[in-house]
Amino acid sequence: MDNKEKMKEYWRKNLRFLAILLSIWFLVSYGFGILFVDALNTIKIGGFKLGFWFAQQGSIYVFVALIFVYVNWMNKLDKEYDVDED
Amino acid sequence: MDIQIWTYIIVGITFALYIGIAIWSRAGSTKEFYIAGGGVSPLANGMATAADWMSAASFISMAGLISFMGYDGTVYLMGWTGGYVLLALLLAPYLRKFGKFTVPDFIGDRYYSNVARTVAVLCAIIVSFTYVAGQMRGVGVVFARFLEVPVTTGVYIGMAIVFFYAVLGGMKGITYTQVAQFCVLIFAYMVPAFFISIQLTGNFLPQLGFGSELSDGSGVYLLDKLDALHAELGFAEYTSGSKSMTDVFAITLALMVGTAGLPHVIVRFFTVPKVRDARKSAGYALAFIAILYTTAPAIGAFARTNLINTVSDQEYASVPQWFSNWEKTGLISFDDKNADGKIQYVGDAEKNELTIDRDIMVLANPEIADLPNWVIALVAAGGLAAALSTAAGLLLVISTSLAHDLIKKQIKPDISEKAELIWARIGAAVAVIVAGYFGINPPGFVAATVALAFGLAAASFFPAIILGIFDKRMNKEGAISGMVVGITLMLFYMMKYKLQFFGGGTAADWWFGISPEGFGSIAMVVNLVISFVVSRRTPEPPQNVQNLVEDIRFPRGAGTASDH
Repeated sequence: MDNKEKMKEYWRKNLRFLAILLSIWFLVSYGFGILFVDALNTIKIGGFKLGFWFAQQGSIYVFVALIFVYVNWMNKLDKEYDVDED
Repeated sequence: MDIQIWTYIIVGITFALYIGIAIWSRAGSTKEFYIAGGGVSPLANGMATAADWMSAASFISMAGLISFMGYDGTVYLMGWTGGYVLLALLLAPYLRKFGKFTVPDFIGDRYYSNVARTVAVLCAIIVSFTYVAGQMRGVGVVFARFLEVPVTTGVYIGMAIVFFYAVLGGMKGITYTQVAQFCVLIFAYMVPAFFISIQLTGNFLPQLGFGSELSDGSGVYLLDKLDALHAELGFAEYTSGSKSMTDVFAITLALMVGTAGLPHVIVRFFTVPKVRDARKSAGYALAFIAILYTTAPAIGAFARTNLINTVSDQEYASVPQWFSNWEKTGLISFDDKNADGKIQYVGDAEKNELTIDRDIMVLANPEIADLPNWVIALVAAGGLAAALSTAAGLLLVISTSLAHDLIKKQIKPDISEKAELIWARIGAAVAVIVAGYFGINPPGFVAATVALAFGLAAASFFPAIILGIFDKRMNKEGAISGMVVGITLMLFYMMKYKLQFFGGGTAADWWFGISPEGFGSIAMVVNLVISFVVSRRTPEPPQNVQNLVEDIRFPRGAGTASDH
């Protein structure tokens, strides 16, 4: 496999990571927090209605986790394709 | 000791700290002035970004807004955090690899056009000025309430401090003062939250206390109690809100995308040494921001419960001291419509007798909850830290736009390093003075234009940057027409429905039921579509630009940012 093909594959894998992570990003915020909020609000965990919790707490925790997962994946991918900075 | 003495002590110590850091971290070159020499560690940059991002609005106003809006306040919580995911995944690493000083730098080089660069400079300046005026005002209000000096004097003091470290230290001075300011503001935000959470629910973590039972032994959950109080008084249910789903969706999207397109946030990622550091420091930044943003809704709910319990149906003659203190500032007012001497605080506007400014909830909260005086003084110092750190970041964008993007890149390319640095300092100084002027004489449209700042960033920068990175075929014709149409559409909609130009209109006339605050998301989509269509019908970008796009996709070889 020549270098150009390899670089294309690196970029495709990067785009796939983005698609996965941004789908989760969309699901927890716009999905759970807005579109399905009424359905989720029928479920209660402690004093929280679940939809309300996702809107005002849960989505934010997931956002933070998503970035760190991305950092991890990309660091590995950079090494694998030898485009890292060391 | 009384509140005022505590405030002088705590505010005095924090200001001395900021000035000390400013003297220690003076900038000696344009590179230090614009991007702190490019050697900031990801953790320090994360803290600085968090302080840069969390403004007087986040610190002072947001929890208050949420406490009055309930579920609808979600738009701010998700909108002002979710953008960091976009920033970390779609923008920061690539812009860092690109390795220049500013956002207009990227737009100008990627779209091989000084027209594009100038459009970007104009957007950056408009966005930053609308923002910074609000910050200086916030400084003035905090001074006025806690140190009992006139608002104008407060703004002057704030100007002097920012002037000192922004003009002297540039990005380097700002970065390290922002690290200190982050520590001050987060401490000041969390201490009262812990106290109040324990008082109300017995659980010291506000994020959990928020969903716990009240500690009055009733066994009722806090949020259920709040919903019941709202139902009783005729307000919309706290956990459901009253905005339409479409509008909540649109506003959240506009704020998220606007966040990712704000130049003063993006530029922070140019200060770290590597692409890898840019990704990581976006993660740290959001983690630090999340501490405040997950606490704010808890404070909102606590404050709302405390407020209703303290004032609803009470004798006006026996209200607590804080009530009279804030009444003097005009931010709380009581009008005894049925002359029974009691405060009726209800949802029905005809019968409601109490008006409360939403902005005072965070500042008044410690007093309402009867916390010790030093905690109240701490909140004042935190509010000042939040306002000053954001103001400094914005002033730097304005100064860089003038010295670098206009003078160096367009008017006088052969300017010496030393002269450019002098221009950058002059730019920062002028920006401080203009911002101070707006802080003292706030234009009536400030509230309208803050939302405009996000809408503008969403409608202009965000699509141009994203397409510049992910669509190699995007050319200058596409990007410029997209930006111009996006901004124009956004401005038109804001002016029509916020300022009542072009025939004006009410909520009933909104397009697709979307408020001006949320319209940035529509304008962004229009921008994307136009850019795409126009670019496919005009010549593809030159080979060297296509190579540039190829190059920024791979981290290796990202030296620190350089000036060609």
